Amino acid sequence: MKKKSISYSKWGYIFILPFFLCYFIFSLIPLADTIRYSFFEYYRSGIKEIGPTFIGVDNYASLLKSDMLKYGANTLTMWVIGFIPQIVIALLLAVWFTDIRLKIHGKQFFKVVIYLPNLIMASAFSMLFFTMFSTNGPVNAILMSLGVIREQIDFMGSALGTRSLVGFMNFLMWFGNTTIMLMAAIMGISVDIFEAAEIDGCYGVKRFYYIIFPLIRPILAYTLITAIIGGLQMFDVPQILTNGQGTPDRTSMTLIMFLNSHLKSKNYGMAGALSVYLFIVSGILCFFVYKMTNDNDPDGSKAAAKRKVKEERSRRK
Amino acid sequence: MKSKEPNAFRSIIAHLVLIILSLMCLFFFYILVINATRSHADLQKGFSALPGKYFFENLKKVANDGTFPMFRGIFNSLIVSGCSAALCTYFSSLTAYGIYVYDFKLKKIAFTFIMAILVMPTQVTAMGFLRLITNMGMYDSLLPLIIPSIASPSVFYFMYSYIQSSLPVSLVEAARIDGSGEFRTFNQIVIPIMKPAIAVQAIFAFVGSWNNYFVPALVIQSKDKATVPILIATLRGADYMNFDSAKIYMMIMVAIVPIVMIYLLLSKYIIAGVTLGGVKE
Amino acid sequence: MKKRMISLILVASMCAGTLAGCGNSGKSNAGADTAEEGKVINIYSWNDEFRERVEAVYPKVEKTSSDGTVTTLKDGTEIHWIINPNQDGVYQQKLDEALLNQENAADDDKIDIFLSETDYVNKYTDADADVAIPLKDLGIDPDTDLKDQYSFTKTTASDANGVQRGSTWQCCPGLLVYRRDIAKDVFGTDDPKQVGEKVKDWDTMKATAEELKSKGYFTFASYTDTFRLYGNSISESWVKPGETTVNVDPMIMNWVESSKEWLDAGYLDKTVKGQWNDDWNKSMGSASKVFSFLLPAWGIDFVLNPNWDGETGAWAVTNPPQEYNWGGSYVHACTGTDNPEYVKDIILAVTANQDNLLKISKDYSDFTNTTDGMKKAAADSSFASEFLGGQNPFEYFAPVAEKIKIAPLSAYDQGCVELIQNSFNDYFQGKVDFEKAKYNFETAIKERYPDITEVIWPE
Repeated sequence: MKKKSISYSKWGYIFILPFFLCYFIFSLIPLADTIRYSFFEYYRSGIKEIGPTFIGVDNYASLLKSDMLKYGANTLTMWVIGFIPQIVIALLLAVWFTDIRLKIHGKQFFKVVIYLPNLIMASAFSMLFFTMFSTNGPVNAILMSLGVIREQIDFMGSALGTRSLVGFMNFLMWFGNTTIMLMAAIMGISVDIFEAAEIDGCYGVKRFYYIIFPLIRPILAYTLITAIIGGLQMFDVPQILTNGQGTPDRTSMTLIMFLNSHLKSKNYGMAGALSVYLFIVSGILCFFVYKMTNDNDPDGSKAAAKRKVKEERSRRK
Repeated sequence: MKSKEPNAFRSIIAHLVLIILSLMCLFFFYILVINATRSHADLQKGFSALPGKYFFENLKKVANDGTFPMFRGIFNSLIVSGCSAALCTYFSSLTAYGIYVYDFKLKKIAFTFIMAILVMPTQVTAMGFLRLITNMGMYDSLLPLIIPSIASPSVFYFMYSYIQSSLPVSLVEAARIDGSGEFRTFNQIVIPIMKPAIAVQAIFAFVGSWNNYFVPALVIQSKDKATVPILIATLRGADYMNFDSAKIYMMIMVAIVPIVMIYLLLSKYIIAGVTLGGVKE
Repeated sequence: MKKRMISLILVASMCAGTLAGCGNSGKSNAGADTAEEGKVINIYSWNDEFRERVEAVYPKVEKTSSDGTVTTLKDGTEIHWIINPNQDGVYQQKLDEALLNQENAADDDKIDIFLSETDYVNKYTDADADVAIPLKDLGIDPDTDLKDQYSFTKTTASDANGVQRGSTWQCCPGLLVYRRDIAKDVFGTDDPKQVGEKVKDWDTMKATAEELKSKGYFTFASYTDTFRLYGNSISESWVKPGETTVNVDPMIMNWVESSKEWLDAGYLDKTVKGQWNDDWNKSMGSASKVFSFLLPAWGIDFVLNPNWDGETGAWAVTNPPQEYNWGGSYVHACTGTDNPEYVKDIILAVTANQDNLLKISKDYSDFTNTTDGMKKAAADSSFASEFLGGQNPFEYFAPVAEKIKIAPLSAYDQGCVELIQNSFNDYFQGKVDFEKAKYNFETAIKERYPDITEVIWPE
């Protein structure tokens, strides 16, 4: 593929042109605009516009003094609570679904069902949760009638409760999506490899660890990246669940909720500065993920080979 | 042979886990359906496991309310989600193909650039985006909800990984020898190969767009262009004059019915497609 | 394959249709700018309350479309209702957007009338913003045409210079609504006069609360229920005109203090956190242990009534421990309207005509903005309410309305009220200490209103 004749190179530009043109117009220009206003004092008071007045990095400074970092930590906590079960369960299910030896009845049914929660919009989903987990809601009622608890649990009254609910919701909404994604990746692995591995006595946990895991690394990286984007963008679920307040004591306030409250008050300058911070954070995160997963080893084959060698060695011993 | 025992055990565990997860997933749909069939007064009394008799009454209430043009909303959402899914998968494949197959000077830079913008949250540019589309005269229209989906970095990345693993470059070269033009090669040879990936991403993109609230809430002003999530938010936010939780549940239900149907129709194809991708190699 | 192609083409053509539609709607005949009245009256509101009132009493109404979005008048002029929900500030956001575009909008797209609530009326009557036309300029003289209105409603709708820029058909004095069965159980009587004695001021009220508690009842559902009583009797506005500091009135701190005390003492239902949520709704049901609510006329009709699942006639009203006003929708003529005559006509018909107002009171149970009319209603048994077991609530509403002194308003009220309730919620529930709650309020208010520089707490 490296010996492509030069005459084709213009096609490369033509093929990627729509993407870049569209990105330039709808994302880069707005981004530039956002960055520009982050150096201005510019907001609306009632129906009167104040500014724009150039104020340098004041917006950035005052954000650093605010609880921004705390909201970042909140976002991270809730993301972790949801993401760990999500990836574990998804990997497990993907492996089960693709294991020919493991006979699962109603496989088709399960595959369809686990993706269903992803179809409901996050806001509606969290609304349902809010009703169900409210102090006088059905979950408490059921637990009480079963005799599991004696007094109603105030799920959304504690930081842990609210955060867990948010994490649980994110888990429930996304584990099906991830499962499908990983399944597609595992099914992309050639059957020959599995067969060869089996002859070598490699199945079960080993099969997963030595073959599946290294070979699906690109998709796993993709999952990780989209999950990080999703986590950074976490908004609808905690917003609706806590009515935009991040209750209790702003412990479930996420970065985007914080941004949203600035956007809502039409504080363009402050929202701009916050956006720039978010942009930087997302850039750093992405860099790490990219480094971690794609460095020198785009499809994970080298790592797989290395492991194979190691395995060989250990067997010889 | 020795793996037989643990397999039986694993099978039981697997079924158990799957059943619990499925129950959790379906539980919420169950609650939704039950609540949509009960009246507001019924709902007041507390939770019940049995359906009520107000299904059609609630449906009528939702359908006849001009403040919440539900069918118009579903129609708008179908347009937006359909177009977004189509544009997003097609152009992402095109871009991925372009970067993978061709050699050109900016190739590396282009790839790195897309990777760099991969995790940027949409909300970051929301403010400037709103200003831009207002200046372009696209405020309060469906276009700004559709066109930007041409540039979806994460879909691109998925497509790129997929092409990397399943498109032999020799195939492209063979097509060239047969005298196929570059676009024809892409449309007639590459696209069919990428079907599984396209199917998966199309449904994800469709669902994502269908459920998107943030951008439409910024852009859409008038009722007849509102998408489903905006209408639901409207209904939820309706004040005491319209306070009717049964109506809200019904509205949510009506809103998810089309998408569940589309999913059920497509799911066979997706899963078959994914399997196909596996066998082919 | 073929089918899919067809559907793709279909989708594509539908898009094209939509796009073409967008392109055209923007422009319209800009040359038709004459003294003649426009053909479309655009009214911005957050529910169909105003529409129903207009339909009921405005004689020129011909019919309203079945979906409630267009009302046709007898001469063919159409009223277009643009409804957006109040919650989350969506209504104001959409209205503000439209107001900013008002100058460039085509005649038929211009806002002619918009409504505002007491919580944010001040933002729109602001003289500098000049979005609401002074009634005098419209040809309505507040001193003569609106002389029967309650004077506090006129003050509320006026700008800082005392120029009235809006008018309302309703007036929202609040009462104490209580469950008759609980009253009988605890006090041995459900007579409004005797129950009224038990709740006549805060000190008596507290003793009564103890009595209720001993029988296992809650006095009110949540601490937010009492907020309006305190919030309406602040002596200075939250933000003084021209200033950028929020002054928290001692009255508000009294509310905080007594709410905490009442909650800890068990007079309030701890599981109900604030209003307008599921738990609050449920606390109005027959299974609830809550004795009373503090509600104005609309609250009894649109909140309590739909949430009550027992027999009709189980509730009664009596005087509240402190007079208060809650809510009120103001009607404004929008600067730039192309239908000034109609606008004037509608405002007069719905807010200044006593017969019309009495009809509204009868049909929709509003407490309407006519001092004379409400006195008549208080004495007229045909205004009795079935829901209240045949009691005539106007008998109690009217004296409260007379005594209401509206708190000085500012454009920041809505945010201040909302955020102080939210911030101290955590304190009441014991999640944060007092100082942290104060700090959280400061953070939140500065986020909501970027121009606020400082919050001053009373000593």
